[in-house]
Amino acid sequence: MDTLTRANNNSSVVEDRPNIALTVNGATREAPILTDETLLDTLRVRFGLTGAKRGCNQGVCGTCTVMVDGQAVRACLSLSVNCTGLEIVTVEGLAQDGILDPVQRALVESGAIQCGFCTPGLAIAARALLNENPEPTVEEIRVAVSGNICRCSGYVKIVEAIVMATRG
Amino acid sequence: MVESLTTGDLRAVGARLPREDAAEKAIGAAQYLDDIQLPGMLHTAFALSPLAHARIVAVDAEAARSHPGVHGVLTGEDLPRLGGGAIKDMPFLARGKVRYMGEPVAAVAAETPAIAEAAALLVDVEYEELPAVLTIEDALAAGAPLVHDDIGAYELSHPVEHSGNVLSRQEIVEGDVDAAWADCDVIVENEFATGAQYHHALEPTGAVASFDPGGKATVWSTTQSVFRVQAEVAQLLDMPMSKIRAVSPRIGGTFGGKGGAHLQPVAVALARRTGRPVKAVLPRSSDFMSMLRRHPAKISIKTGAKADGTLVARQVEVTLEGGAYCNESPAVLGFALLMARGPYRIPNVRVTGRAVYTNKLRAGGFRGFGNPQSTFAGESQIDELAAALDLDPFDIRLKNAIKAGDTWLGGQTVEACGLIDCIAKLRAATEGRSRKPKPVAGKSRGLGIACLAHVCGLLSTAANVRLLEDGSVTLGTGAVDCGQGSDIALAQICAGSLGLDISRVNYVNPDTDASPYNWSTSGSRTTYMAGRAVATASEEVKERIFEHAAEMMECAAEDLEIRPGGRVGIAGIPDREVSFAEVSRRAHWGVGGPIMGQNALMYDGERFDPKRAIVKGFPFANLGTYVFGAQAVEVEVDEATGSIAVVEGWSAHDVGRAINPLGVEGQIQGGFVQGIGYALTEELVWEGGALANPSMMDYKAPSAMDVPPSINPIVVEHPEPSGPFGAKAIGEPGLIGVAPAIANAVADATGTRLREIPMTPERVLRALKSG
Repeated sequence: MDTLTRANNNSSVVEDRPNIALTVNGATREAPILTDETLLDTLRVRFGLTGAKRGCNQGVCGTCTVMVDGQAVRACLSLSVNCTGLEIVTVEGLAQDGILDPVQRALVESGAIQCGFCTPGLAIAARALLNENPEPTVEEIRVAVSGNICRCSGYVKIVEAIVMATRG
Repeated sequence: MVESLTTGDLRAVGARLPREDAAEKAIGAAQYLDDIQLPGMLHTAFALSPLAHARIVAVDAEAARSHPGVHGVLTGEDLPRLGGGAIKDMPFLARGKVRYMGEPVAAVAAETPAIAEAAALLVDVEYEELPAVLTIEDALAAGAPLVHDDIGAYELSHPVEHSGNVLSRQEIVEGDVDAAWADCDVIVENEFATGAQYHHALEPTGAVASFDPGGKATVWSTTQSVFRVQAEVAQLLDMPMSKIRAVSPRIGGTFGGKGGAHLQPVAVALARRTGRPVKAVLPRSSDFMSMLRRHPAKISIKTGAKADGTLVARQVEVTLEGGAYCNESPAVLGFALLMARGPYRIPNVRVTGRAVYTNKLRAGGFRGFGNPQSTFAGESQIDELAAALDLDPFDIRLKNAIKAGDTWLGGQTVEACGLIDCIAKLRAATEGRSRKPKPVAGKSRGLGIACLAHVCGLLSTAANVRLLEDGSVTLGTGAVDCGQGSDIALAQICAGSLGLDISRVNYVNPDTDASPYNWSTSGSRTTYMAGRAVATASEEVKERIFEHAAEMMECAAEDLEIRPGGRVGIAGIPDREVSFAEVSRRAHWGVGGPIMGQNALMYDGERFDPKRAIVKGFPFANLGTYVFGAQAVEVEVDEATGSIAVVEGWSAHDVGRAINPLGVEGQIQGGFVQGIGYALTEELVWEGGALANPSMMDYKAPSAMDVPPSINPIVVEHPEPSGPFGAKAIGEPGLIGVAPAIANAVADATGTRLREIPMTPERVLRALKSG
C-alpha cells in the first residue's frame, strides 16, 4: 500500500498526475495511478475490488493472483502502469450474470473452501490453467496451483474440485 | 437427551453440505478484516524492538507525533495494564524492558499505512542491552539472566508454580514407576526435540476499532473469540465491557494463534486517542516476528514393557520453550503432560514438565496444544519398543489400546472410544502396502503409523434459537468459524433437531451485542460444546412448537411428531398437521409470545481422581471428553539428498458422529498437511536473538506439490453419550500423529531413527550417515 498512500498524502501530486486507464473485468476504469503502484493496491484500494487478497505482499502466497491477458500473475508484484491495454480479470469477474464459473462451483461443491482466504487467487489460477489446458492431468493441476498456498484444506479437495471443473 | 434428539428429521445431520459462506468466498465477496473501510479511518504501524533483551532507558516519540499525517502515537506508558495468560506479565506495548526482537514498542496511527510506517521509524528508543536467554539450557542455567526480573509481582489469573525463568512446573503421577521398571523385560529411553512452527494463517493478524458518539467501541478483528476480545480489551483499557462490542468478519484461518487479544487493545486505544476509526493489519514479516508460534519441546521419555508387548511403565519429562511472555504456556504444558502417556493402558506413569521463559518470540496455542510434541515422542518410542521386542507396530498398539470404560491419565473415565476400530481400519486400508518394497537405486520406502488422542470440551458456551414468523429460525452462539466449518455444523444440528432444511437456519455472525456466549473456538470444542447448547436450545423450541400445535389441533403433545420441511403433525394421521409458520404466527400475534429456546452450559465431566493420581501445578480441573485416531503414511526417502516424500496418507478418526462428513474430511486432510509441514519443513530459525526466516519465502509451509495426492480420511463413529447426535471433535486431531507416523515410516524405510523434527534433508543425511 506504500505507493498509494504516498500519493494520497500529497494531494497536489495526485491532482497533477494524469489518469491511466485499466481494463478490469471488461470495464475500463481510470485513475491517477503512480508509476510504482502495484496492481494489488490499485484493485483493492482504488477500485474497491477486495477479492484479491494481501497474504504476504511479496509474491509467495498467491492470494493476490489475478489474470492479466489470460496469464495468472501476482498482483502484489505487478505494476499497474505495466497493465495498461491488457485485460485484467479478478475473481469478481469470473462469475457471469450471477452464474458461478465451473471452477468456483466445483470449489464450493467439493468442500474445497474452508477459511476462503486463498480461494480467490486459487480460482483464478485454476481458470487460467483450464483456459490453456482444458483437460489437465492431476499432476498438471498440482503444478498449476503450487504457487497458491492453502493452509486449511490440505489441497486434496482443491485438486478434486479442479478435476471436477474440467468436466464442465 | 440424545435419544429425544434423534426423533426429528435427521437429514441435515450427516449430510455432506458445503459451508454456507462457500459461494461468497468463491466469488471474492466475503469480507475479511482488511476489506473493511470506514470513513476517516487511520492506519497503524508499529515500532518493533531491534533487540532480544534490553532495558528501555528512554522513548522519544516527538518526531513521530509531529510527522505530517500522524494523528496519534502510543508507547508502553499509554497502556499500563498487563495481560497475556495465567501470569499477567505482558504489556501490549513494551514497558521497562523489551524481551524479544520484534516486540511492539510503539504504535502510530496516521492517514495512510505508508505515513504510519515512516513515522514508526522516527520513534527514538534508547536501549541498554542485556544478556539474552535464547535456549532452554540458557534459561535453566545457574545464574541465568532473568527474562522477568520480578515474576512474583505479577497478578495470576490462576495459580501457577513458577520460579526464576521457569514459568510453570507440573506433574502427574499414577502407580509406582520406579518400582515398575523391575517388572519390565525391555526398556527404551530416548530424547526427542521438536521445532517452532508458525501458524501461517493466510490472513495476517488485524483489528479495526471505531467509537460511536456515545463512547462505545466496536472492534472487528481476526479472532477465535469475540467474547475474549471484549473481556481483554475492557481489562487492558479500563473500560466497562458494556462499552465494547466485538465482532468477527470472515476469518482467514487462525489454528490457535488468535485465541487471545493481539492488536485489538492498541487499535481501540488509538481510536480513543485520535477520535477516528483505526485499522491495524500486520505486514507479514511482523506477523512472523511479533505474534505467536508453537512451543519447541525437549522430551526425555522412557517406556518399559513385558516380552509380550504389554506396556508396564512410562516416564516422561517435557520442557517447553515459551518465549518472552506466559500467554498459554502453562495450559499447553499441562495438556502436553496429560497426553504424554498416550492412549494406552499403562499402570505406572510419571509425567513432569516445565515451561521456561526465553528472550524469543512468544509461544502459544497451536492446533494440538502441546499434544503433537508429546505424541511425536511417545509414538516414536512405541515403534522403538516394538522393534526391540520384534513386534508388529499395529499389534503392540492393539494390545495396549484403551477402551471405553478405561480411565485416562488422572482418572477420568473414557466414555466412548473407537481407538481399536481406528487402528483396525487403518491396518485394513494399508494392507498390501509392502512395508519394505524393493529399493529403487538410492531410494527406500516405508510405512509408519501412529495413534493419537485428544480432547473436546472446556469451559462454557451458550446458544439461542428463535422461531421466526415464517417458520425459519435464527441461531446464535457466538462461536467464530475460523474456516473449519463450525457454522454449517451448528446449523445442521439445529436443522436436524427441528426437521428443517438447512436453508431455513440463519446463523448469526458472532457479535458480542447479539450472540449469547462462547468462550472460544479453541481446543476442538465447537461442534461438541456449542453443538450441545444448540441441540438443547432447539429441543426447547420444539417443545414450545408442540405445545402450540397440541392446542391448535386439540390433541396431546405426546402424540405429535416433527415432519420434514417445518411441519408438526399427529403421529399416524398424515393429514393432521400445522406448519411452523402457523405456529409461529400464533405465538407472535395471538398466544404466548415469540418462541425462543436457549441453553447455557459449562463442561461438566469428571475431574481428576485424587485416589488414583497425584496432580501438581496442573492448570485445569477437567478438560473434556476424549477423541481418538490412528494415522499412517507411506514415505520415500531419497538417501542421496535426504529428502522425504510422503507418498500416501491415511487418517482414521473416531469423531463420535460426523455431523458434516465433507467438513470432517476437510479437517482431517488439512490437519494432516499441517502435520507434514511440522514433520518435514516448517521451522522458525533464529540467529542469536534474531528470527532468521520471517517470510513465507524462507519459512516453508507445504504447497500442493509437497503433499501426497491421496490423503485418505477414515471416519469412525462411536457416538459420545454427551455429544450432540453423538458428535465429538475433529479440529486438531488430523495433525497430531503425522510427525511420528513419518518418523516411524522413515525408520521402516531406512533403519534410521530421527528423533528431532522437522526432519529436514540435512538432519536426515546426518542421521543416515551416523547410522
